[in-house]
Amino acid sequence: MSRRATVEAAVKLGLTADEYAHICAIQGGEPTYVELAIYSLMWSEHCSYKHSRPVLGRFPTSGPRILQGPGENAGIIDVGDGWAVAMKVESHNHPSAVEPFQGAATGVGGIVRDIFTMGARPCVSMDSLRFGELTEPRQRFLLDGVVGGIAHYGNCLGIPTIGGEIYFEPSYEGNCLVNAMSAGMIRTDNIVRAIASGIGNHVVLIGSKTGRDGIGGASVLASQEFDETLEEKRPSVQVGDPFTEKKLIEACLELIHRHLVVSMQDLGAAGLTSSSSEMSSKGHVGLDIHADRVPLREADMEPWEIMISESQERMLAIVTAEQIADVREVCERWDLDCTVIGAVTDSKMLRIWWHGERVANIPARRLADESPVIRTPSVKPGYIVDEPVAVDDTGYPRPSDLGAALTQLLAAPNIASKRWAWEQYDYIVQANTVQIPGSDAAVLRIKDSQRGIAFSNDCNGRHCYLDPYRGAKAAVAEAARNLACAGALPVAVTDCLNFGNPEKGEIYWQFEQAVEGIAQACEALDTPVVSGNVSFYNESFGQAIYPTPMIGMLGVYDDVSVHIDDAFKDEGDVIVLLGAEAGWMDGSEYQKVAYGKVEGRVPDVDLQLEVELQHKLRAAIEARLLKSAHDCAEGGLAVALAECCIAGGSTGGAQFADPEAPRSGRHGRWLGADVDLGSAAAVAGAAGRPDLALFGEAPTRVVVSVAPELLGPLDEALGGLPRRVLGRVTGANLRCTMEGKELFTVAVGELHSAYESLPQRLA
Amino acid sequence: MSAAPVRFGVVVFPGSNCDADACHALSTFPGTSAQYLWHKDTDLKGVQAVILPGGFSYGDYLRCGAIARFSPIMQAVIDFAASGGLVMGICNGFQTLVEAGLLPGGLIRNTGLKFVCRYVNLRVETTDTPFTSAYAAGEVLRIVVKHNEGNYTVDPETLARMQAADQIVLRYADAAGEQAEGANPNGALDDIAGVCNEARNVFGMMPHPENSVEAHLAGGADGRKLFQSMIDTVLRTAEVAS
Repeated sequence: MSRRATVEAAVKLGLTADEYAHICAIQGGEPTYVELAIYSLMWSEHCSYKHSRPVLGRFPTSGPRILQGPGENAGIIDVGDGWAVAMKVESHNHPSAVEPFQGAATGVGGIVRDIFTMGARPCVSMDSLRFGELTEPRQRFLLDGVVGGIAHYGNCLGIPTIGGEIYFEPSYEGNCLVNAMSAGMIRTDNIVRAIASGIGNHVVLIGSKTGRDGIGGASVLASQEFDETLEEKRPSVQVGDPFTEKKLIEACLELIHRHLVVSMQDLGAAGLTSSSSEMSSKGHVGLDIHADRVPLREADMEPWEIMISESQERMLAIVTAEQIADVREVCERWDLDCTVIGAVTDSKMLRIWWHGERVANIPARRLADESPVIRTPSVKPGYIVDEPVAVDDTGYPRPSDLGAALTQLLAAPNIASKRWAWEQYDYIVQANTVQIPGSDAAVLRIKDSQRGIAFSNDCNGRHCYLDPYRGAKAAVAEAARNLACAGALPVAVTDCLNFGNPEKGEIYWQFEQAVEGIAQACEALDTPVVSGNVSFYNESFGQAIYPTPMIGMLGVYDDVSVHIDDAFKDEGDVIVLLGAEAGWMDGSEYQKVAYGKVEGRVPDVDLQLEVELQHKLRAAIEARLLKSAHDCAEGGLAVALAECCIAGGSTGGAQFADPEAPRSGRHGRWLGADVDLGSAAAVAGAAGRPDLALFGEAPTRVVVSVAPELLGPLDEALGGLPRRVLGRVTGANLRCTMEGKELFTVAVGELHSAYESLPQRLA
Repeated sequence: MSAAPVRFGVVVFPGSNCDADACHALSTFPGTSAQYLWHKDTDLKGVQAVILPGGFSYGDYLRCGAIARFSPIMQAVIDFAASGGLVMGICNGFQTLVEAGLLPGGLIRNTGLKFVCRYVNLRVETTDTPFTSAYAAGEVLRIVVKHNEGNYTVDPETLARMQAADQIVLRYADAAGEQAEGANPNGALDDIAGVCNEARNVFGMMPHPENSVEAHLAGGADGRKLFQSMIDTVLRTAEVAS
């Protein structure tokens, strides 16, 4: 070995001098270069969570339904009848910023492997994306590439991508966010964990050959800020092969269901290094890996390159001697490489061999357990204010045309329909989709059962910027509310915590605050965090993204047929607003779009009211009292009402054959509404402005519609929950009044045109 | 009387991903059974109708269906078709049938240059096929398309011959069943969504009827009669034979 593992080499690999000294202490002197490369990856931020671990302990992670919490490839939740759901979200932000198509594609590939590694058949993907403003050509290029990459990979796998979310803010200009979430169905008695065991068992590598792609992805890309060397980092991005992954899914699930493997682990960040060290440390055993037996794409690769390559579509399995022939047969049938590259040993050491020579000898537990823990002293940033903005007529002049303000909001990229994106995703394959993208939640049935599951994801980065504690708490509350609007009971969370550089006190403060907000909301809503991912260093040239703790949530149904969507259904139905009446300017989409400002302090979620609202909303849906329900989010009450009107006509591209026939998913025509907001002073506080009543934002508000004859039973079901009858579903216009005085009337067709205007911004 | 079940075979190519959906769809029809036919096999195991499912055979890394067409199983499918057996290709299966020369024309990249997953309306152009006999002429179906290469094309002479022989089975249309701007999701020539061969026993379509067999799901149930037509045909043929 010609390469020396000096302190200079360590620093070049992203380690600090202190960390290097610690490594020398563990290894009893200067490590080999292969050892150093392994430590540099396992102790990188991306793999070791060194800045986040001390804070993440705050999360609730267990509960009667939770079969597997954090620490495995995915969390697993019991959903009844012997079925469980494995779920996880992971970021692929940095690769996507460098090469959007392959970055996003391999993000999907990685998260899907986390799911089927455990024995679950992936059944849904959702993607949460953030970009800079679409007025910038590079941002349109990134959006186009990321959505195309997700479609390319996910569609080929035959896993429905049932929506997600997309937001545009200047803070994401240099660091787009690509958070890929996936979930799978698994029988509760068939769960496989990534724990090596059985001295003498084979270590088997299955899938693609190993190349030089993705060398140092976790350390070079994911654990550093971006600067002018961005373009040079392109070789650190992997290239995806969804066809091979599809074959891997089928082969691995067969291996697991036939009990042909002892355990399995996918090769993700840090490749063979992380998979082998995690499997051995969890199993308290040693592993011998013969790097020279790994099938290669490039013959001249060195052992350290083989160990840290992030070539995609590879799995590591532990297999007994008796079963290796069966494993080979399955892999051969699927035309996949299957190579014994090592063995489980009792040495408790991770040993790497190269043509008979030992090139690394690392105590597996110490590699895993002694990775550094860093707690940056946190500093409250100077921009944070404690009071809401004063909405006076100088700073915030009153709009002259409220109807025009509404269509302007509907056309704003953050609110406008994302049909352009989700129509590129196969959202219906596997024949389980009950609710297609575009409503509050994705809903799937479980075959041969009455049961169903639902997924949502949410995070308002602007709110989290203005107040990370309140914003993160609100993200959890909103994700749960979205599920409740579809009639599902929220049961678990997976989170993707996207932040700037954690070595900075202000970023660390944002992180701590957000984690506290998530923890409190998850406790109140009884939704433990079962898996997740932290992505730090989302900064370019020292400019950090908005703190973006993305929440992915699972909901369950005992009877999925109760589910409803957001579309108004029938003339004459009564529209009711559930929850507190309030409208805040602070951090609202209205503040950004109409006034070009992001300032103030966002409202705090009243968790007690939130729990009560969701409980009663769900009870009403289960009793089949409601025809539609929709959360009031960006754009406030007026945008929520407009979306309920438009949704009736959103058939996914074409009109129904029979516009009168109510179908699952979407209704066949547009319906208008006639609503009265009551008194502005009651809704929008002292400011008394109708625009705040219409477009102001606040948590814990849901718009529902109900058949007039069921208003009585609904009243009874809601008990003391605050609510107000707003008006009726009628005609083809949305008409809003305030104490009888008309504010605006806009044709639903016009609202629809504004809402579907995103493609024009991409042209 | 309880007849023997109608036996369907669903071919599995590497990269097929609607094979399970096709089998599941058939399972919602009492009195039918469905089994997978592996691409490396060379016989059809006695099935009475064959479905080539949707997906990305061989990743669609070469022209869609161009590699699958050379799978060992395909010779058996070609022989089965030549003897009058019912063969339906859905999406990637349609592309494979075209590549195999069992159906005329070709399927090229969507004019929008993007994958498109969308509900479309389909007008039933002929009920004189074993695949559409249960529909009414002119009936409009709402079924999802999802593909990158669904843009049907064929030379003018062949098209004229196909029209004369009533081989255009499904066209994209609006909700009222009229050919219209915006109703065609991929730029297909003459709004063609599905065609059959001259003998009428081989049929291909881009939309996915296997995702439209259960009314309580998002896909609706407008695809049911396609499978029902095939089942009816097999039963009728069996009756005649006995």
